[in-house]
Amino acid sequence: MTKKILILLFILIPFNANALIEVDITRGNLNPLPLAVSPLSIDELSRKGFEKILKKENIGSEISNIVENNLRTSGLFNPLDKKAFLQAPDIANLKPRFEDWNLIKAQALITGKVNYVDDKLRVEFRLWDVLAAKEMMALAFTTVPSNWRRVGHIISDKVYERLTGEKGYFDTRIIYVSEEGPKTLRIKKLAIMDQDGANNKFLTLGNELVLTPRFNPTSQMVTYLSYFKNMPRVYLLDIETGTQEVVGDFPGMTFAPRFSPDGKKIIMSFAKDGKSDIYTMDLENRIVEKITNHPSIDTSPSYSPDGKYITFNSDRSGYQQIYVMKNDGTDVKRISFGNGLYGTPVWSPRGDLIAFTKLHKGKFYIGVMRTDGSGERLLTENYYQEAPSWSPNGRVLIFYRETKTDSKGEGFSAKLWSIDLTGYNERQIKTPTDASDPSWSSLLSN
Amino acid sequence: MTLNKILRNTLLVLTACLVLSACATKKEVATEIKGQMQGDVYTGTDTVEYLADGVPDRVFFATNESILTTASRETLRAQAAWLRKNPNINVVLEGHADERGTREYNLALGERRANAAKDYLMTYGISSDRITVLSYGKERPVDSGSNPLAWSKNRRSVTVKAN
Repeated sequence: MTKKILILLFILIPFNANALIEVDITRGNLNPLPLAVSPLSIDELSRKGFEKILKKENIGSEISNIVENNLRTSGLFNPLDKKAFLQAPDIANLKPRFEDWNLIKAQALITGKVNYVDDKLRVEFRLWDVLAAKEMMALAFTTVPSNWRRVGHIISDKVYERLTGEKGYFDTRIIYVSEEGPKTLRIKKLAIMDQDGANNKFLTLGNELVLTPRFNPTSQMVTYLSYFKNMPRVYLLDIETGTQEVVGDFPGMTFAPRFSPDGKKIIMSFAKDGKSDIYTMDLENRIVEKITNHPSIDTSPSYSPDGKYITFNSDRSGYQQIYVMKNDGTDVKRISFGNGLYGTPVWSPRGDLIAFTKLHKGKFYIGVMRTDGSGERLLTENYYQEAPSWSPNGRVLIFYRETKTDSKGEGFSAKLWSIDLTGYNERQIKTPTDASDPSWSSLLSN
Repeated sequence: MTLNKILRNTLLVLTACLVLSACATKKEVATEIKGQMQGDVYTGTDTVEYLADGVPDRVFFATNESILTTASRETLRAQAAWLRKNPNINVVLEGHADERGTREYNLALGERRANAAKDYLMTYGISSDRITVLSYGKERPVDSGSNPLAWSKNRRSVTVKAN
């Protein structure tokens, strides 16, 4: 249903060409930009209309809360307390009194309006530069009312893009593995939720073990590992229809699947006789190709965004290290040379970095390095954490972290966390159950 | 290797404790580990079940390793003899890893461990038709503890009757 959502987007007023406020996202941002998110104004008739359909008292405030929450969790913005706002939302949207907003130290202001028109939700919003006393952007959307959360995410993306110069990542979803039960017999289910944790939904029942779900580029399909009938195999799931199928006809365990950047192939490992090699399968013609051929364990493959290279994990040197090769399996080069073991390489959507998990002296790290292995940077250290997945703009990594059990075997937990590429802004992403193996979708609207 | 080192250090500390005889609880832990691990391979019998009298169902591995120890080979020879005596029984070899590794690599490592056991059974005359290999990686620990002893129990290949 996601992709079929009707979103009409039109520009009310052309963008002001000169960038006014700018937010630098390349360095750790210790001084987030103070900004005011004025509640979207709503007339009484529209308010009542939405209250009836959506069971939300004031959908204007709800949408602005989403925007505020998104911008705050990005770590780049500091949304100011609404109690300090002097100007009423409807008047602010027409013409802000910039002195008032300046007084509370807001550098940017978001205003807007919500209407109930022909059973549709119409939202307009404006972004203002308070210091320059200028409008920076104005947009309007019309969509079905049930889409109201997505409208909040799209507004957040537009504001993020206008102020940082880079695409946002708020209108996105996370697929992950929900975990429950004792550590020795975990019940695992595929689950999907909005990037901010809303709209959580389980996709499997927990009858069989499932691991490592990953989205395709359009975020409609997922490839994952399932122990259906106790045969660990790579599966393909259509999120909309719920249809599932085994990928390929391998006489043994297939695992560690990911899509190629064009979505046409699945790359994965196939284990046989103690050796794991990397294979691809073309989803259209079902042709299977063997990419690596080595007695070692070759796993966790991930394509470069242009599809020309593959990074993967191999213990051919004796221990787990990260390698890069051409997409046909030639020109294999080891790129990790630091102390410790390296695993789960994932190529950044921007192409310039590879994120990884590192194990060194009993600690686990999430880090990034350039694609030639230089410039290794460790972002976070913990007892156990792994499996980074990039936000679609390549600025944030989501991963999972497990806690130690105590001497009684208790205290175990698995949670999703995110951290900026800068190493700042580490946050837990709340999930209804324990969670692991997160995978971030692409931007749903473009 | 890393773990080995940690373990060695722990043992050093614990031995020091013993000498000073100042920490009673740690003393117990130390003897427990000493009795149940060699290097970092589990040698105890806590978790072991038996396929038949004198035929243990599992073998244990060192961190990141899939090499069979002398004790493991002895266990597998007993399994092979039992399988030869019971030609109608087929088995699944379930390979496992401890929690101190990335999920996907551990799946491969579990497969490699189970295959090490399979190869050995085959050299003792058991046909590969009778053996299925299944890796659980780190998904099914027997001991939920976060300590070297628990990890050593979890690095295993378990022979399970398939019929």
